[in-house]
Amino acid sequence: MIRGYPESMRKSIDKVNKTRDKRIDQIMKDLTLEEREKVLKEFHPDYNPAYKRTISWGQNKGDYVPNEVADILESYPIYDPDEIDLSQIDYDVGILIIGAGGAGTAAALWSVYSGVPNDKILLTTKLRLGDCNTVMAQGGIQAADRPEDSPLIHYLDAMGGGHFKNKPELVKALVSDGPKIIKWHKELGLMYDQNEDGSFVENAGGGTSRNRMHCAKDYTGMEIFRNLKDEVINNEIPLLEFSPAVELLKDENGRVAGALLYNLETKEYSVVRAKTTILTTGGFGRLHIAGFATTNHYGATGDGIVMAYRAGAKLRDLDSTQFHPTGAAFPEQIVGLLITEKVRSLGAQVLGKNGEQICYPLEPRDVEAASIIRVTKSTDNYVETPTGMRGVWLDSPLIEEIRGKGTIDKNLAAMKRMFARFDIDMTEDPILVHPTLHYQNGGVELDENGYTSVPGLLGAGEISGGVHGKNRLMGNSLLEVNVFGRRAGITAAKEYKRGKKPGKLTLSHVKKTIEQLDALNIKKKRFSPIILPEYRSEAVRDRLIQLFESSL
Amino acid sequence: MAKAISMREKKEKLDTVTIYIMGQGYKVPSSLTIMKAMEYAGFKLKRGVGCRAGFCGACATVYRKLGDYKIYANLACQTKVEDGMYLTQLPFVPANKAEYNLDEIKPSASTMLRFYPEIARCLSCNACSRVCPQDIQVMDYVQYSLQGQIEKAAELAFDCIQCGLCAIRCPAEIPQYHVATLARRLHGKYHMIAPDTLEQRVKEIEEGKYEKGFEELMSLSEEELKKRYVARDFIDQKKA
Ligand SMILES: Cc1cc2nc3c(=O)[nH]c(=O)nc-3n(C[C@H](O)[C@H](O)[C@H](O)COP(=O)(O)OP(=O)(O)OC[C@H]3O[C@@H](n4cnc5c(N)ncnc54)[C@H](O)[C@@H]3O)c2cc1C
Ligand code: SF4
Ligand code: SF4
Ligand code: FES
Repeated sequence: MIRGYPESMRKSIDKVNKTRDKRIDQIMKDLTLEEREKVLKEFHPDYNPAYKRTISWGQNKGDYVPNEVADILESYPIYDPDEIDLSQIDYDVGILIIGAGGAGTAAALWSVYSGVPNDKILLTTKLRLGDCNTVMAQGGIQAADRPEDSPLIHYLDAMGGGHFKNKPELVKALVSDGPKIIKWHKELGLMYDQNEDGSFVENAGGGTSRNRMHCAKDYTGMEIFRNLKDEVINNEIPLLEFSPAVELLKDENGRVAGALLYNLETKEYSVVRAKTTILTTGGFGRLHIAGFATTNHYGATGDGIVMAYRAGAKLRDLDSTQFHPTGAAFPEQIVGLLITEKVRSLGAQVLGKNGEQICYPLEPRDVEAASIIRVTKSTDNYVETPTGMRGVWLDSPLIEEIRGKGTIDKNLAAMKRMFARFDIDMTEDPILVHPTLHYQNGGVELDENGYTSVPGLLGAGEISGGVHGKNRLMGNSLLEVNVFGRRAGITAAKEYKRGKKPGKLTLSHVKKTIEQLDALNIKKKRFSPIILPEYRSEAVRDRLIQLFESSL
Repeated sequence: MAKAISMREKKEKLDTVTIYIMGQGYKVPSSLTIMKAMEYAGFKLKRGVGCRAGFCGACATVYRKLGDYKIYANLACQTKVEDGMYLTQLPFVPANKAEYNLDEIKPSASTMLRFYPEIARCLSCNACSRVCPQDIQVMDYVQYSLQGQIEKAAELAFDCIQCGLCAIRCPAEIPQYHVATLARRLHGKYHMIAPDTLEQRVKEIEEGKYEKGFEELMSLSEEELKKRYVARDFIDQKKA
């Protein structure tokens, strides 16, 4: 190893370092619309029929989705509904919020701000508070607050980014609430980057026509989340950790009326009855769609879409999945982790093994990802790591050639630290990248107040579909989480005051699900929600036995 | 401690190292992180795992190496295994977080002392800075907090991911990372004042200034909307 790289990769790095001066002013042409379509069709996983099939039952029967999504929807519950005693209620609350990421914590806070007593709320989450995609967001959050910008321009950018398939009312809500969210965050004391003159630092992002990406160095999501978390504690909102929901409960009127929780440590279930339930369980990166590594946190297993689907909620836009063009491809230990788009925004080029550019670095995400996959799949212009992973170079040292020494320290501290842990200095040497699974574009259909198609069930955040159409722009999801988390909290507070008590709890919708699944005659029985992905070695899994529970 | 080696482990073809997880030895591929090595060994993680990317602070891990007296600490998801490492994860860090209403307090030394009086007990031993996986000068931000230099404390503590390692090592029993949160929030709220343009925009939106525009945009056909989209002008894309 020489400064973090094996000799086999060093040869290629030398070429990259030698060609840098020549490339500094060289601008690659971006693709025409026809060229874009061609590369997408040939190389983007979304367009590859081998990775997809149609859903075979329920309200979205016939929708064309990734195999992994169809798999979890065509799965049996992980518990036996006949063994659950719903007559014993463990928590009887006004508002149940499932999933304490950005959307869940925002919903909890706005329920309180809207007058719901904190002890009438229950916030439950799968692992430790803070295990979520929100803390991982680096790049920024969009909000149209500059004089030369407007919510209308933000609207156009978001619609175009989503290939005009977004739900217009949701986009209107997203962009109109943007400045209000930033204002709220400032009241909470968020440290958004500011220029000398007091204006916010606002960067460009892929697909935005104005600079409106607010950021807090490259820890934007962490800065948002740790403030929301601090407020959840200050407001004494009741919280359960290590207690994922495994099913939604309904009442006899068909209204969602709570959930079944599972304590990951004691392995007991508990029953929550709630007037209103808000689903904020986030995305599905850990399903490893099309076999890709992912940027997502450990608990991102798409549980919410399964539970909502069984309860009868409509889904949408799950045919499109966001692959981020630049995930780490080396070293082995961090394969798949996010290399933020900001690296390219600041000037890094994308290069083949001999140090020549292979594509315009800031194409829309899907096009950029497909262009890189084209190189690694159909040419020999890629670099291979000792473990057989293929990638292309992202020329990070170029950033400081263009913008001066110290730029990376100041703007990309998290990135620099991640590579430094493996002896790689990204200010001196390029980094190897390959597309990685990043974001669930679609999900549970909502309206602008957070209602799903099922009474009693609200939603917000990455679990939802419609806000981003077929493709999300960077910075619009951190905004979505806050805008719709807030709206769901306000809506739930209204429902709370209206005061309809839920009726008798039932799992009859799950029994119906089982009947429908039985009729499909699926050969290999699968079970969901997944809750935790499986990463134990096969040798161990082959030998697993259950000791204590089976002897009871 | 000699590790017992099973037949299965003898057959392993990958380049392996031996690590001791809570005292028990396992042979694992040498290319793995501590986190992945634990999974390879058969642990289904619930505690000590989160983002898997160095952002959430859930995976604080403490270890020694055979023949080396030093205590090391790092993030399991961002640290490669080494032969002879013996380690344990912190499943949880007990550390009290003070409760406050940010609207009612001011950025000052007395605020910091009111909610975290224990900062006055800091011995300047620097154990916290040495253990921090983010290389933060933890002791310095505690000292700045004590002196009421809120801005300096907030900025020094910015990269904190709340792993809790500092608090576990502190002989003065200070929950540094909670102190940091208070300092950052005070600084963000009272010193980093939002520009007027933000308030103006919020007002415009509340007064309905854009309603007509939305009405018009939302009434367009997809074709017409596409035309508008393509015709957008771009401003300042090279600046921040
Ligand atoms: C590495 C990375 C970088 C990103 N960068 C940006 C960026 O720069 N800008 C931007 O706008 N967006 C970015 N995103 C996207 C954005 O961060 C997420 O889409 C958004 O934060 C999702 O928020 P959420 O609240 O919906 O879900 P999350 O924050 O993921 O929270 C969901 C919570 O629900 C819990 N949960 C899951 N299942 C269950 C269950 N069954 N029961 C109970 N709880 C459950 C999870 O454990 C988690 O705590 C990024 C995402 C990643 C992964
Ligand atoms: S300051 Fe403390 S809690 Fe924060 S990252 Fe460093 S050791 Fe962890
Ligand atoms: S470990 Fe505690 S006592 Fe020692 S320097 Fe840090 S804060 Fe002060
Ligand atoms: S799992 Fe989040 S920091 Fe390691």
